[in-house]
Amino acid sequence: MSIGRGRAAGLRGLGPVRPSLGFRGVKTAVPARRSPSLWRRSLARDSLLRHVDWLLVVAVLALSLIGTLLVWSATAPGLSQAGADPHTYLDKQLLIVVIGLLLMAGVSLVDYRILRMIAPFAYAVGCLSLLAVLSPLGTTVLGSHSWIPLPGGFQIEPSEYAKIGLILMIALIFGSAGERSARPGIRPLALAIGCSIPVIGLVLAEPDLGVVVVLVVISGGMIALSGVGLRWLALLAGAGALTVVAVLHLHLLKAYQVGRLTSFLHPSADPTGTGWQAFQAKIAIGSGGMFGQGLFHGQLTAGSFLGSYSFQGTDFIFAVAGEELGFVGTAAIVLLLGLVIFRAVRIAARADDAFGLLVAAGVAIWFAVQAFINIGMTIGIAPVTGLPLPFVSYGGSALFADMIAIGLLQSVHRRHRLFS
Amino acid sequence: MIPAARRRLVVLYAVVAALLLSLGGRLWYLQVMTVGSYASAATQDQVRTVIVPPVRGQILDDVGQPLVNNRTALVVSVNRALVSQQPDGGVGELHRLAKLLGMKYTLLQQKIRLCTAGVSQPCWQGSPYQPIPVSEQVPASVALQIMENQGDFPGVSAQAQPVTHYVQPFATYAAQILGYLQPITPQELAQRHLPVTGFSGVDLVGQAGLERHYDEQLRGTPGQQTLTVNAAGTVTGIRHQSSPKAGNTLVTSLNSRLQADTYSALTQAIRRAQSYGNPGATSGAAVVMTTTGRVLAMASYPTYDPSIWNGGISNREFKNLFGTAHGQPILNRATQGEYGPGSTWKVTSTAAALAHGYSAAGPYGCPGAVTIAHHTFNNWTTKSLGPMSLHQALVMSCDTVFYQLAYQMYLHDRYNANFVKNPHAPVQKMQKMEVAWGFGHNPGIDLPEQSPGTVPTRQWLYDYWKQYKGYWCKHGNANGSYLQQIAYDNCRTGYQWTPGQAAIAAIGQGYVTVTPLQLARGYAALANGGTLYSPRIGAAVLSPTGKVVRRIKPPVAGHLPVPRWALGYIRSALIDVVTQGTAAGAFAGFPLNKVQVAAKTGTAEIFGGQATSVFASFAPASNPKYVVVVMVPKSGEGADVSAPCARQIWDSIYGLEGHRAVFPSGVAPRALPGISASGAITAPPGYGGVP
Repeated sequence: MSIGRGRAAGLRGLGPVRPSLGFRGVKTAVPARRSPSLWRRSLARDSLLRHVDWLLVVAVLALSLIGTLLVWSATAPGLSQAGADPHTYLDKQLLIVVIGLLLMAGVSLVDYRILRMIAPFAYAVGCLSLLAVLSPLGTTVLGSHSWIPLPGGFQIEPSEYAKIGLILMIALIFGSAGERSARPGIRPLALAIGCSIPVIGLVLAEPDLGVVVVLVVISGGMIALSGVGLRWLALLAGAGALTVVAVLHLHLLKAYQVGRLTSFLHPSADPTGTGWQAFQAKIAIGSGGMFGQGLFHGQLTAGSFLGSYSFQGTDFIFAVAGEELGFVGTAAIVLLLGLVIFRAVRIAARADDAFGLLVAAGVAIWFAVQAFINIGMTIGIAPVTGLPLPFVSYGGSALFADMIAIGLLQSVHRRHRLFS
Repeated sequence: MIPAARRRLVVLYAVVAALLLSLGGRLWYLQVMTVGSYASAATQDQVRTVIVPPVRGQILDDVGQPLVNNRTALVVSVNRALVSQQPDGGVGELHRLAKLLGMKYTLLQQKIRLCTAGVSQPCWQGSPYQPIPVSEQVPASVALQIMENQGDFPGVSAQAQPVTHYVQPFATYAAQILGYLQPITPQELAQRHLPVTGFSGVDLVGQAGLERHYDEQLRGTPGQQTLTVNAAGTVTGIRHQSSPKAGNTLVTSLNSRLQADTYSALTQAIRRAQSYGNPGATSGAAVVMTTTGRVLAMASYPTYDPSIWNGGISNREFKNLFGTAHGQPILNRATQGEYGPGSTWKVTSTAAALAHGYSAAGPYGCPGAVTIAHHTFNNWTTKSLGPMSLHQALVMSCDTVFYQLAYQMYLHDRYNANFVKNPHAPVQKMQKMEVAWGFGHNPGIDLPEQSPGTVPTRQWLYDYWKQYKGYWCKHGNANGSYLQQIAYDNCRTGYQWTPGQAAIAAIGQGYVTVTPLQLARGYAALANGGTLYSPRIGAAVLSPTGKVVRRIKPPVAGHLPVPRWALGYIRSALIDVVTQGTAAGAFAGFPLNKVQVAAKTGTAEIFGGQATSVFASFAPASNPKYVVVVMVPKSGEGADVSAPCARQIWDSIYGLEGHRAVFPSGVAPRALPGISASGAITAPPGYGGVP
């Protein structure tokens, strides 16, 4: 298998794929007398478009569309009352979605081998940009030092891209190890943990607790899936639990951080303190009922309950969905996100090698954790953290990273289709 | 490892399914099963953030008399968001409110519309969520009616609030100096780098005058209240609040009584000029300052009552203020009016001659007219006054002496540079002297409104020609009218510095313009022995509890490049101007033995109009303390209009000729007025009790 991979990739890199790689039912015998039409070519068995997981693409498109509508609905009343163009955020978000789709398409086309090659670079760039955030280059937004301002009013949030770098790196470590033995030993395990710690530490220094949780679960989940022995896993879980206990008892977290992390457990105790946002979000979602108030008709989310309208578009977008679209809308979002995650797990299950499997699984874990925490914090079952809802929240950095991840899934998927 | 990993993916499937199921279940519980309880909670809990404006600091005069302070008033405010929620969009309610307030409906509507592109004043510049004050002088009965009939007036409130109070009549006499307040605009927020959180539409910022220059000191820090509000709009609780911090008080060097006397003397001078048959005399300015650069009074005619800014200015008032039909009372003519200085300018020409080695004794001829480069230039009298010294030339204000002097200097001052098109041509010696006296650039006073005036240096002339060349060349005609011929010449050679221009510039005519403040500043430097100050109106900043936050001293801007003896020589000539020269008539009978006034008259002729009457003076001549400058355009001779006005001001300062002295023993207070912890103001010792 490893021999064929090299040759086929070489061919693909050189020119149009020859229709003679041995697939069933391809009319290999007939020489092309006239070049087939674009339509025919795109429908051909071997065409790139046939190797796309279209269900995944449709789900992502639907989520982005719902997200754009919600961003519009959440921001338009405030903007028009302030005398500004009510389409300001709508236009921006549309542009972000288009750029994100292009990124996704671009990454899908990247050959799998190249992904393996660039993994260490992606990881290094992720670490360096996280370092840059902590340097004077970064800016502070809502108490967290997690952005790098760029010229022209743009800014990027490197922690979003660091997730991709970390996934690729861990997948590379276990992918290479897995070719030599059935079960990865202590060396790749130590290496994977060693690569995770700097990324997690840098994000912790920002501090962005939400992203830390996501990163910890991603690396832990990928290590668990790598096939490492159960003894090692038990040891790791024990060490993790000890760390959590130590952090809580040694007061390494600031009071507001502890407050935020625990306030969801007893929200009514302090409706004016840290749990207030979550409480308001819960009320907004609850008041949506089965069918919601309708787009642009949310009383709470269109008003000022969360301070500023830009805030609602990012972290609390799900509350807007809950109030305006009701259970029908929120269930649709959860189902679509579930579809994306299950397709990712399916791609992982069908991957040819450990690298592909782990990349797809890492992305699946990422989306699952992030979606759960984001939605969970608005309905009172998860702590309030500044995590965006994948594909739905307003914001470029997050959506670009999500779309790149879908591109990675497609790349893994295409390779499996070509060589199964 | 692949088989092991694939097996473990099953666990991932299970975990993801569990997560999704718990989300879905929770949503089902919240949105379908218990929907009622949350729907009612939603209508109960809303928050509004209300900015509590700080009490703005006062502006006091030198003895503690307030010019601007605060007073509690019943303010009626309209909350746009709530009013527009009415079934009829609030039209009926606003009609009822307008009737109750005795205000036109359209005016009320204008006051609460938002200032956006294309909407002119009156309009609301603040946040649309903030209650908009529409009337600040409501009787208690009206306020009660509004508060007791909230059913009729949802979204309208009447509350006691501190309101800017302009203390009359002084605030009117000093209106342009004080400036005015307006809600901050989004552009200003961005421009002035103010913290975004603390500011909303109720934050008034100084838009002109002292209110603008000292805005940061006067403003204070706003407080913030986060209120929980139920669906009916009733406040159910306060979630968070921070109280506002009052602004600091600005003590100025202005004296309110002297300001009033100065304004009234100026008004009388303008009336007098009109009664002499100069109907064009409709504006003017007078400046009183110490020779150390502190402004004691500064009057600009016409003025206006700044109270019209309170509660939003009406369209008509706005037009009156900024339009020319009513003389543009918004202009501070003392710092913005650029007028020809006439013969008061001769002190700088004399200084230039003396500094460059021309003999003081002369003798210089003073014929009735001289011819320079084929042009004839007349003295103010056709008679020849005979040979004289520069001293006499100043006393008699002989123009022809200065024409010839200027021509001599012209010939020997980089002569060839006069005819070269050069944006970096060297500055002429005489004009260099004038620039060193503070003319031709902003005087650096603590007001945003100030004009530079004009000193026609070669560089300035080049820029001026470049700017107007197109117009001149279009309208010039070699054989047309007088003005067309001038335009024709200007088009071709307008950048050249000609002998004629040099001659008339030496007597303060032609291109030369100054502001009254610049003239006062230059004469203060002449009087104090050569130190040029950047004038200051502010004297100190006091905290609300009376602590001195900072003292303000007029900074030294430079020193006159003139030998001390030469300044003394000029001063002695200006003494004789009053005793026997051009101002002798205007000062006939003035007790010069008590206060020796030194002065120079000026009459700046304008082509096709009445001359600007100018008078610049300082006293006591032996040890000058104060400078008084008066400029009245289109009014006639300096000796006839401005000199008597200045005389009245001197009377007022020293308590002469039946006037009450504004300063006991003729000395302006040195100590600052005090503010006690309770806010009571005390005058400096020796300057009366509490005003």
